[in-house]
Amino acid sequence: MKGTAASMSVMKRVSLIFRAKANKALDRMEDPRETLDYSYQQQVEMLTRVRRGVADVATSRKRVELQMNQLQKESDRRETQARTALAQGREDLARAALQQKAGVQGQLNDLQSQFASLQEQEEKLTFASQQLDAKVQTFRTRKETIKATYTAAEAQTRINEAFSGISEEMGDVGLAIQRAEDKTAQMQARAGAIDELLASGALEDHVGGSHDAIQAELDKMGASTDVDSELARMKGELTSKSVPQIEANGSGEAAADPSGASAAEPQDG
Amino acid sequence: MIVRILGAGQYKLDEAQAARLTPLDAELTATVDRGDEQAFKQALDAAVTLVREAGSAVAADSLATSDVILPSPDASLTEVRKLLAEDGIALG
Repeated sequence: MKGTAASMSVMKRVSLIFRAKANKALDRMEDPRETLDYSYQQQVEMLTRVRRGVADVATSRKRVELQMNQLQKESDRRETQARTALAQGREDLARAALQQKAGVQGQLNDLQSQFASLQEQEEKLTFASQQLDAKVQTFRTRKETIKATYTAAEAQTRINEAFSGISEEMGDVGLAIQRAEDKTAQMQARAGAIDELLASGALEDHVGGSHDAIQAELDKMGASTDVDSELARMKGELTSKSVPQIEANGSGEAAADPSGASAAEPQDG
Repeated sequence: MIVRILGAGQYKLDEAQAARLTPLDAELTATVDRGDEQAFKQALDAAVTLVREAGSAVAADSLATSDVILPSPDASLTEVRKLLAEDGIALG
């Protein structure tokens, strides 16, 4: 048998592995009727496990979604910085902001694929949970029928059938849970790293924060722009006060015009 | 014949459909034996597609056991080898 196992069809081998498991579990049971109750109890536990799995994956998916929103905001903020910098003629700052944006965008893309993968796992586990749920219901009904109708000896065959069918499903669901757990664990490690990054301020230092050199520079420029315009305003005030003394400059100074143009407008009654 | 696709439920195939699956299973087996990941993916995909398209889905509340079982449609060669080698399937 060992010699042929290697060349035996994959599909057959997988089914034999599942069946061997079921038989081994059956062999351990002394009283077939006990098997029914014990197995049912395990099915209910497995159902709980797969439902919890669905909830866990959903939680991970939501966490990733939240991080995606945060990173998107960060990316938008960097773009605004770049525009502001460019408007003020600071291409160097604009470039730096766009470089930051590109880094954030890379992480965002990574999260997007994680999100899709978690969504897929969630769908798979939901399907597994529905399949198992339906089969557990059938098993429960059949279990009662077998107990009520058949003697222990007669019941054996029927129990074996029901048990094998549900065992196969349990094995399948068990594998699905394991796969989902593996994927979720990988993502949680990465999500944790991004959370740390966000918390450390490397990404989310935010407006006026001292960690953000680009923003600090823009703020400084913003402040000096304010000072410049204040100076300009003051100069303007001084100039307008001196207008009457410099008559020769005259005609262009609309603000100094004392004629009251609005009163001269014709008003239709 | 009842075929289970791991993670995707059970399907019932009539004799003619089952006959079409046999060479695909043989191809799948060959790719696993020689460890050809890309060919394995193709063979698995072909088998899964045939079962899904030609077969009819078995009702979810059925307790029928499957005659053969296909790996999960997105399984890697490594996963399948592990599955074939191990006895770590949690049957509860």
